[in-house]
Parts: sequence; C-alpha cells; structure tokens
Amino acid sequence: MAEKDYSRKLVSMVEIQKSFGKVEVLKSVNFEVGHNEIVGLVGDNGAGKSTLIKILTGVHQPNGGEIYFKGEKITIHSVERSRELGIETVYQEQALSEQQTMWRNIFMGREITDKLGFLKIKQQRRETEKILREQMGFTSKAINTESIVKYLSGGEKQGIAIGRSLYFDADLIILDEPTMGLSLAETKKALDFIRNVKDIGKSAIFISHNIYYVYPVADRFVILDRGNVAGRFLKSKITQDELFEKMVHLAKTGKMR
Amino acid sequence: MGKTFIARELRLEISILGVFIGIFLLFLIGSPRTFTRFDIYYSFMSTIPFSGIMALAITLVIISGEMDLSFPSIMGFSGWVFAKLSNVLIESGTNPNLTILITTLCCFATGIIAGALNGMLVVKIRIPSLVATIGTMFFWRGLVNVCGQGFGETLVPVKDTFLFKVFIGRLGEAIPAQALWFLVLTAAFWLILKRHKFGSHVLIVGDNVESARMMGIRVNRVKMTVFMQMGFCASLAGILASLEVTYLWPSLGEGYLLRTLAAVFVGGTSVFGGVGTMFGTFIGAIIIGSLEGGIVAIGLTGFWTQLIYGLIIVVSLSIYSYFRRRE
Ligand SMILES: Nc1ncnc2c1ncn2[C@@H]1O[C@H](COP(=O)(O)OP(=O)(O)OP(=O)(O)O)[C@@H](O)[C@H]1O
Ligand SMILES: [Mg+2]
Repeated sequence: MAEKDYSRKLVSMVEIQKSFGKVEVLKSVNFEVGHNEIVGLVGDNGAGKSTLIKILTGVHQPNGGEIYFKGEKITIHSVERSRELGIETVYQEQALSEQQTMWRNIFMGREITDKLGFLKIKQQRRETEKILREQMGFTSKAINTESIVKYLSGGEKQGIAIGRSLYFDADLIILDEPTMGLSLAETKKALDFIRNVKDIGKSAIFISHNIYYVYPVADRFVILDRGNVAGRFLKSKITQDELFEKMVHLAKTGKMR
Repeated sequence: MGKTFIARELRLEISILGVFIGIFLLFLIGSPRTFTRFDIYYSFMSTIPFSGIMALAITLVIISGEMDLSFPSIMGFSGWVFAKLSNVLIESGTNPNLTILITTLCCFATGIIAGALNGMLVVKIRIPSLVATIGTMFFWRGLVNVCGQGFGETLVPVKDTFLFKVFIGRLGEAIPAQALWFLVLTAAFWLILKRHKFGSHVLIVGDNVESARMMGIRVNRVKMTVFMQMGFCASLAGILASLEVTYLWPSLGEGYLLRTLAAVFVGGTSVFGGVGTMFGTFIGAIIIGSLEGGIVAIGLTGFWTQLIYGLIIVVSLSIYSYFRRRE
C-alpha cells in the first residue's frame, strides 16, 4: 500500500486510540486540520475532545495511531516537542498556577533565562506587561504583572491563558472551551481572536459546547461521540440549525440519523 | 493593594521578623546578662546550622508539595559512612587530608542516593511521599544500627585536616564556619527559589501538578531533584554535626525531625505547597534553635522547653493565618 501523503494537511491524526486503565476513551479516531483552517470540534460531555487534543499537545501518550504535523510523522510525544512544532493551547482547565504571579504564569515551562538558568525577570515582566495591555486589553490599574492569579476574575484568568498562547508565535492554536465563564463582551473578544487566527493565515481547533459560538467562526465541524467521530461537515454543506438538530438527535438516540 | 505578590510576601516576612524580635526582646529582658554577651551567640552559631541547613532543603521539598520524614535518618547513615570510612582509610595508612576528602565525597554520594531512592518511590512507584519516607526513615536508621552495632566512631584522626577547618573551623576564633555555610546556603537557596528556573518549576509543581504537566514542566525530574538535594543537605549536616563533636554518635540525627519542620512552619512556609520563603526558614531556624538555650538562660528549667516550643509555633502560625485571611 502506498504511503498516504500527509503534507496536504497541517495536522493529521490517524487511528488514534487512547485508554485510561480499562476505559477506552478514544477508539480509532481520525482527525485532521488543514492549513489556515478553523476546525470546530464538538460533542457531548465526556466524548473525548479534550483527550484528543491533549494527545496532540503531548500531555497524553496515545495507545495507538499516528500523528503527522506538516507531513512529518511525530515520534516523540511531549509538550516541549509540540511547542517546538508550533502548537499552542488554551486548556479547558486553564493550566494556571494560581498562587503565582502573572509573569510566572505567562512564562511557565519556558522561562526566559540566561545560560545558567537564572531568570531574566525584568524582561519577563516587560513582556508580560505588553501582553497585558496589548493582547488582553487589560486596562484596570489594579491588575499588573505582580498580581497573584488566584485573586483575578474568571475572565481575567482566561485572558491570561489566551494571551499566553498568542504571545508564542504558533501555527496551530487549540482552544478548549475558551469562552467558559466569560461575559458576552469577553466572549466576543475570544471569538474575534479566533477569527484573527484565520486572517493571519494560521489554523485553530476550537472546542465548545455552544454551537452558536462555533458555527460562525469555524470552516469545518467534527462531531465526536463516545470516542468515535460521528460526523464531519463543511460549513458550506450544513446550516447552523441543521448542525444543532444533528447534535440534539445524537445526544438523544446515540445515532446520527 | 494586598493582591500583589511582593506586598503579600513582604508582609509575611515582616511578621516573621516581628515574632523573632519579640522573642529576643523577651530573652533580653529575662536575662540581660546572658544576652548582652557574645558567648550565647557563639553557641547558637555553632549548633543552629545543623538543623538550619536541613530546614532550607526541606522547605524546597514542602514547596514542591511533598514531604520527607527520612532526612534525619539519612543524616545519621551518611554520617556513619563518613566516620566509619574515615577510620578504615586512616587505619590502612591513608593521609588524613586525602581521607577526609574521599569520605566527604562518599558521604555526599550516600545522601544523594538516599534522596534519589525517596524520589523513585514517590515518582516511579507512586507512593505518597509522607508514607514512603516513613519507610525510608526506619530503613536508614535501621541500617546504622545494623552496620554500627550501636557503636560510635571517633573522628579525632581527621581533626588536623584542611577540610575539617573548612567545615567547622573558627573564623577569627569567633565565628564557627558552619554558621557561614548556613548563611551562604540560605542565600543560595533564596536565589534558586526566586531567581532560577528550577525554583520557578518547584513553585509551579507544588501549586498545581496538572498545570505544570500541561505547560511542559518535567514534574518527575523536578521532584527527583528536590529529594536529592534534601539527601545532600542531610549528609552535609551529618558531617558538620559529627565533626563539631569529633565523634559520630550512632544516634546522629535523632531529635532533628520535628524541630526542623517546626523551623520551616514558624518561618511561614505553607504546608500545602506552592509558596514558601527561605528568609522565613532562616529566621525560623534561629528562633527554634535558640529557644532551648534562651529558656534555660532566663532561668526556667528545661521542663519548660516543649511548652514554649508549642506556644511559639501556635502563636506564630495564628499570626500568619490571620494575615492570609485578611487579604
Ligand atoms: N486523566 C484521566 N484519567 C482517567 N480518565 C480520564 C482522564 N481524562 C479524561 N478521562 C475520561 O475520558 C473521557 C473523556 O474525557 P474528555 O475530557 O476527553 O471529554 P470531553 O469531550 O473533553 O468532555 P467535556 O466536554 O466535558 O470537556 C471521560 O469519561 C473522562 O472521565
Ligand atoms: Mg473537555
């Protein structure tokens, strides 16, 4: 059998399997993201969406299957490796260090250091300040680079998680429930951010339960159901209402039609 | 502005300093004659560093969200290796300077390996550290008993060596070298915790392991290193404490556990991990280490010691807790 050409796509996840103990969470999932494409990944609670993207970002090891990034097979699955490749993630759990300062949170896991590993704190503060004002649009004087994350509001915390993923220039940005706990105005900002990803020629995976947020910004939809891909739709082939109907039907009956 | 890190930490450190000054004022008032003379400070400087150095190391362990109860036994066993090997080498005709150099390295290696064993039990076999180190605590203490058969070892043969002076010599006949080591290590630990990538990772791992993992921090490696530096510092304390009396007691390390932990908590480090202060531990170690001498000096009998330990711990922790809640 001829090798399939994976270079047409930015990411190809092929027959991915994952079990936690005896529970099979992903059963041979095929999932792709094209160049400059926004993919909406939807599905019920516990469908395996977060697990799937955590395999891509190297947090979890797959039990089976292959991953290709820009046509190249990935053999080492680690967070560092996926970052090197240009994948940035806003996790559903936000992945913050609540008792630490803002600047430690922005740079956690990839601190700016000198050769001996000592932190360049001034530089990290300066960059954090920039992210704060320019990308997150925080204007409140009460919030600065020394603020402890624990005392920030839910929206502000999400702002850090998103701002952090933006700062490090990535080719693929993954957002797992980025609008969770955000006000309408903040949600709009997050959605605009995803549109911007498209405008600057990059790709994104957008996970959300809310079809009304996903539909307008995504180019394509993938429905995950109990560890299987239940459906794939191009936006041009399905209306928002049809997509919504399909999901409701799937949740009720466990079948696509 | 109580929400910034600097403000919070400054307030904590000021309250620790307050507790410290309060206690010393009590000492001064209670026994002005003792506390205006150098002798008592000399004795503090020669004894406090043993548990102080281990307090710095265990602070890092606690910040990382783990616990180690085995360090006094590691201190005992690596100290025994140091002393026993010294005597073996001396008897076989080795030059004392060379002997102490070799045995020091062996002692450090013993401590680091013992720490690595704790790390493996926690990281690989996934035993909670509190439980795992109860096991290793008995194990290393037991090994001293089995190997030493209850006998001590003299350290007189290495007394006139260069390293002996480096470890516990007296600077200008007045300042014990171990006090300087304690100072240097406090500065080093402070730097590592606040200014180094490793310290950052320790804080983040102790704060939220899952977040640390998702952000690509090698959690297991951080924890291993934390346990290994604990073992190293315990072995250093073992060398210092046994050289100070030029004798290795087979019970070396006993009695250090609770005092050292008390120093850390009186110093304001949280039991829950993710935050901590080396400055606090430094002051905490001095408070705990000077209580016994101070209590006797102000004329109370030794029977009072534990009662006052208890009071100081409860009162200082209440103060910190009050400040934390007010944020
Ligand atoms: N680390 C883990 N250990 C054990 N089971 C896990 C783990 N992570 C996820 N699971 C299980 O795997 C299944 C899929 O979880 P996952 O988080 O991927 O779902 P999801 O589609 O993201 O759901 P949601 O929309 O609620 O976020 C769930 O049943 C969950 O309980
Ligand atoms: Mg999820």
